[in-house]
Amino acid sequence: MNDSIYEESTALHPYLDTLQQRALIVGVLGIIATIVGYFTAHEQFFRSYLLAFTFWIGLPLGSIGILMIHHVGGGTWAFSIRRLLEAGSRTLPLMFFLSLPILFLGMHELYEWTHLEVVAHDDILLHKAPYLNESFFIIRTFFYFAVWGILAFFLNRWSLQQDKTTETYPTHRLQIISGPGIVLFFLTVTMASIDWLMSLEPHWFSTIFGVIYIVGMGLMTWGFMYLVALPLSRRKPLDWLITEQRLRDLGTFMLACVMLWAYTSFSQLLIIWSANLPEEITWFITRLEGGWQYIGYGMVLFHFAVPFLFLISSTMKSKTKLLSFLAIGLIFMRLVDLYWIIAPAFTKVPAEHGPSFHSTGITLHWLDLAIPIGIGGILISLFFSQLKKRILIAQNDPRFTDLFDSDKNHG
Amino acid sequence: MQHEEESTLFGLMAEFETPDDLLVAAKATFAAGYRKIDGYSPLPVHGLGDAIGFPRTKLPWLVFCFGILGGICGYGLCYWVSVIDYPMNIAGKPLHSGPMFIPVTFELTILFAALSAAFGMFIANGLPQPYHPVFNVESFARASQDRFFLSIEADDPQFDLDKTRNFLNGLNPHEVAEVEN
Repeated sequence: MNDSIYEESTALHPYLDTLQQRALIVGVLGIIATIVGYFTAHEQFFRSYLLAFTFWIGLPLGSIGILMIHHVGGGTWAFSIRRLLEAGSRTLPLMFFLSLPILFLGMHELYEWTHLEVVAHDDILLHKAPYLNESFFIIRTFFYFAVWGILAFFLNRWSLQQDKTTETYPTHRLQIISGPGIVLFFLTVTMASIDWLMSLEPHWFSTIFGVIYIVGMGLMTWGFMYLVALPLSRRKPLDWLITEQRLRDLGTFMLACVMLWAYTSFSQLLIIWSANLPEEITWFITRLEGGWQYIGYGMVLFHFAVPFLFLISSTMKSKTKLLSFLAIGLIFMRLVDLYWIIAPAFTKVPAEHGPSFHSTGITLHWLDLAIPIGIGGILISLFFSQLKKRILIAQNDPRFTDLFDSDKNHG
Repeated sequence: MQHEEESTLFGLMAEFETPDDLLVAAKATFAAGYRKIDGYSPLPVHGLGDAIGFPRTKLPWLVFCFGILGGICGYGLCYWVSVIDYPMNIAGKPLHSGPMFIPVTFELTILFAALSAAFGMFIANGLPQPYHPVFNVESFARASQDRFFLSIEADDPQFDLDKTRNFLNGLNPHEVAEVEN
């Protein structure tokens, strides 16, 4: 059993190599464009860079989160894509490396609260200064990556250990770390979303913001895993494990994330809209005028209504081509959502007194696409190179044998 | 006499010891052309519904339509109350305040959909049904414990008491019993 899976996994390497190389070519082209952009459009560069960074970190973080949910909850769907998720979680070091330009080059360009002369004349920012200052910001980001790195390290290490032994202690360890791990994960990602995204407009606050970001990461990861799992479901060794039913399960998870995203995003709007407080509603005013509102309406339609209507039907969910398009569309909508959060913050009409909030209008720079493509290419290439490092079905998990005894009619 | 006996016969029922036996038998029975068949099991047997040619339920469409209806009712209720019947200025917001109507719209969508799912299910599956002939077979009590049953109804055009009995006996059952009406 072990040997045949090893051989079949190795036999898949030429296919994965092709994907890895294609992604790398796209990535390198994108990175060249990124470097050109750094020197030609310096002001715009970090805005687009932050967009790309906060978008692509969804893949390693989403993978870590879903892995922990799998270890706590079990379920047949997860065994079929477990090695994919583990490969996804091992792309985290790249994202750490990519966070350094924000921390050491771009912070001043991005965050108003790093400008001491602005803070000195702003009572609210002055009160927030013990938290929102440059050195603590850097320390916090390092801390988040340390927590995620430790989780990813052990999730991968013990899973590999379980491959080599029939004793069950590695699986128990995975289960033990995953419970508290989920709590830590939610706390740190929430804090990271506050640091990286919410503090772009340091007067604004929303307690549900982190949840929206985390759900978006989940959605993106499900979509990505679907797109990788689909071709693998037609090839050994995963062909018998990634069945139609399990592909449909991935679609169901996308549906859950779409609904949860809509629910939390609408809650944020409703609560802020009904209270109508100046320090909260201004964030929406910026984003609902000057053309930004069409992106907002577009998201209601294409980040919720259309995918929702397709995904509630199990007939539609079985159509793999349709679901691939939906997955690609939803991943793109994640980028749009983050764009709608980040970009309007830099389009404000300067106000003489107090904070400004009216928008000068919608903007789109070529770097907003070039940098996400560049980073994405590199990240996906790294994903496939990591995917090759292990056999594609995790071995010896005691839950695995219980679940799959009946459909192991496999050569 | 012969005629009377046939008219009181509901059908034949084979008893199996494992879900796999039932599944194999159900597939064979369907393949042999029998259509008025049914399977009984104490636990869900994956694939049994397809094996006996059970039609896919249309309940999702009912639930979907009622969900839409509930949404329209919810939004309509809010609109009628806040704009037509009892207009009130709340925090200077417009009378027709869309975001404010969404929670009620959402809840009524869920309520209508859930109720239509529950009652639609009862209408579609014919429950509660106080009497059913299969319970006349004594061993059928074990259908809720540890035995698996497959019945072929006498109404089936292919049904012939002896031939069908022979056919069922060939499927490796524990026992084949006649089901009285």
